[in-house]
Amino acid sequence: MKSLAELAKIRDNAKNKIDLRGKKNTRIVVGMATCGIAAGARPVLLALVEEVKKRNLTDVEVVQTGCIGVCVLEPIVEIYDETGEKVTYVEMTPEKARKVIADHIVNGKVVSEYTIGAKKA
Amino acid sequence: MELYRSHVLICGGTGCTSSGSDKVEAKFHEEIKKNGLEKEVKVIRTGCFGLCEVGPVVVVYPEGSFYAHVKEEDAKTITEEHLLKGRIVKDLLYYESIQEDSDQVKSINEVEFYQKQMRIALRNCGVIDPENIEEYIAMDGYAALGKVLTEMEPADVINIMKQSGLRGRGGGGFPTGVKWSFAAGAKGDQKYMICNADEGDPGAFMDRSVLEGDPHAIIEAMAIAGYAIGASKGFVYIRAEYPIAVHRLEIAIGQAKENGLLGKDIFGTGFDFDLEIRLGAGAFVCGEETALLQSIEGYRGMPRPKPPFPANKGLWQKPTIINNVETLANIPQIILKGPEWFASIGTEKSKGTKVFALGGKINNTGLIEIPMGTTLREVIYDIGGGIPNGKKFKAVQTGGPSGGCITYQHLDESIDYDNLIALGSMMGSGGMIVLDEDNCMVDIARFFLDFTVDESCGKCTPCREGTKRMLEMLEKITSGQGEEGDIEKLEKLAYTIKDSALCGLGQTAPNPVISTIRYFRDEYEAHIKDKKCPAGVCKNLLTYYITDACIGCTKCARNCPVDCISGEVKKLHVIDSDKCIKCGACMEACPVDAIIKR
Repeated sequence: MKSLAELAKIRDNAKNKIDLRGKKNTRIVVGMATCGIAAGARPVLLALVEEVKKRNLTDVEVVQTGCIGVCVLEPIVEIYDETGEKVTYVEMTPEKARKVIADHIVNGKVVSEYTIGAKKA
Repeated sequence: MELYRSHVLICGGTGCTSSGSDKVEAKFHEEIKKNGLEKEVKVIRTGCFGLCEVGPVVVVYPEGSFYAHVKEEDAKTITEEHLLKGRIVKDLLYYESIQEDSDQVKSINEVEFYQKQMRIALRNCGVIDPENIEEYIAMDGYAALGKVLTEMEPADVINIMKQSGLRGRGGGGFPTGVKWSFAAGAKGDQKYMICNADEGDPGAFMDRSVLEGDPHAIIEAMAIAGYAIGASKGFVYIRAEYPIAVHRLEIAIGQAKENGLLGKDIFGTGFDFDLEIRLGAGAFVCGEETALLQSIEGYRGMPRPKPPFPANKGLWQKPTIINNVETLANIPQIILKGPEWFASIGTEKSKGTKVFALGGKINNTGLIEIPMGTTLREVIYDIGGGIPNGKKFKAVQTGGPSGGCITYQHLDESIDYDNLIALGSMMGSGGMIVLDEDNCMVDIARFFLDFTVDESCGKCTPCREGTKRMLEMLEKITSGQGEEGDIEKLEKLAYTIKDSALCGLGQTAPNPVISTIRYFRDEYEAHIKDKKCPAGVCKNLLTYYITDACIGCTKCARNCPVDCISGEVKKLHVIDSDKCIKCGACMEACPVDAIIKR
């Protein structure tokens, strides 16, 4: 180790790899029961994880959950903000997932056409 | 870049390893591979989580799900349910993680056991992979060393230590900054920095856990200390009975050297520091610093009189500083967060936190770190979860064979160096053994004396002969041969040894006896005058009886190893006291609790 800058570089790289173990404010939940997996939740989940990493969104965690209930609308993705408010996205694809990250998480604009409300109406 | 969505942290401390966490880890790897998740889920072996009672412990992030008592076959369930399908396996969680009134699952950080704790020395234990230097660096590791070498003069570092109020965690409680200033001021062409990891108190495993869970913190702190006192060479003196700690430390030293954090010209500042491990053979006395020095030099580990203190004449007659593992573990944090931060924690004269190994009659056996000044009641009931089986709390033994006990009257006293000494015990290195109504205090004193007699190096007469005589007296009392005046004789001898023994081991060896006599004189008297052991521990003072509640099931007779129980089926049985060896097998076998001991 020849300089502090070198140490800082290693730290920043390594931090990315372990920040999964910290506490986050925004929580993205993917339904991963049999129904979700069958409908293609897995690529959606991976796309979300990838996008979160790529954009270095350190305050966002991506977790899975079991069956959310409306199996017909799977893959389902729910986003909770720090206050616990929830937005539910349905019939997700990896492409839609990337857009949700870009619009909703990064720019704070809910992608209303993908939400469960839009589906019902 | 790696894109893991989930981390499975498996405890690799000695406690969980001995209950099979290595097999659980292997099974996780196998199952994760079988389910095609190896690119999504990462398995990490960490240091001790602290709640050894419920090991093997597995924690799954990002949820922070806290799985307890995980068996090999559970790895399959957790992989298939939690990791694949996102359903937390509630049946396998630590019981407190599940809230009765809701579906919510508590994460590990919300569990009561951790709520009252404050982790400075243990901050990385159970959080990072101790065999990966990058994870340590990610937690701001080696940043303190960088700061010290590039921004500070050695005298500044010593001043920070003095201001922080950090005191030695190995037992004595000597201010670390003051100790360093002695060595910094001493003249010598070569100075040495030594880490004392010869943890020997029965029931204590704080230092082992720090070394197993966060070895780089010790390396970093030693380099900082080396810079402060002007030492370019360091030794870690660790007992060979700690194979996991030794192994991880070896890996960590190797990684630090590879990354130029040990060796020549660290951070391009011209500062050199190198580190070696020295294995001890497990003698208790080698934790005494002058004996430790002898042992490193290759001689038989025996103390020598002080002064000269090691800070002036230590290893090979050169100025040497010896710090305990836990003391060192605090240092990088003090540098990074400032001495004011550290001094704001704890009590007036005892700053920061202390790690305790909680054992004995307590529900949550394990490793805890609490701010100084926490009360004993909080430790035993809030963190420790109370006494098992509804038994009554009797006392806590702190400080191991050099300490004493604290009784229920003092449950609300705060834990710090000076208060414990005022109560007739001591902080020691941090073993805390909880005793309940079934523990005989005379027997406890005998147990610790037995240990010291075994471990006495034999150099000075008061310790070699005196402790032996004390043990004989205690054995006499516990076997029912005690005489009037024995207590006074014990006390007199105890104070004589305290005043005349050469080293700390001998001077403190009588403490368990003095302290138990002070608080439980009635138990000693019951043994001597009434020939009774009130707790029912000392075999020679016990008799087993069968009461009228006996239903004549013959179970006791069948379980007796010496065939001393007679009686017909469905009739009252009788124990022949002359033949009885008081093993208690009948008592355990009796389905109606008709056997009692008096």
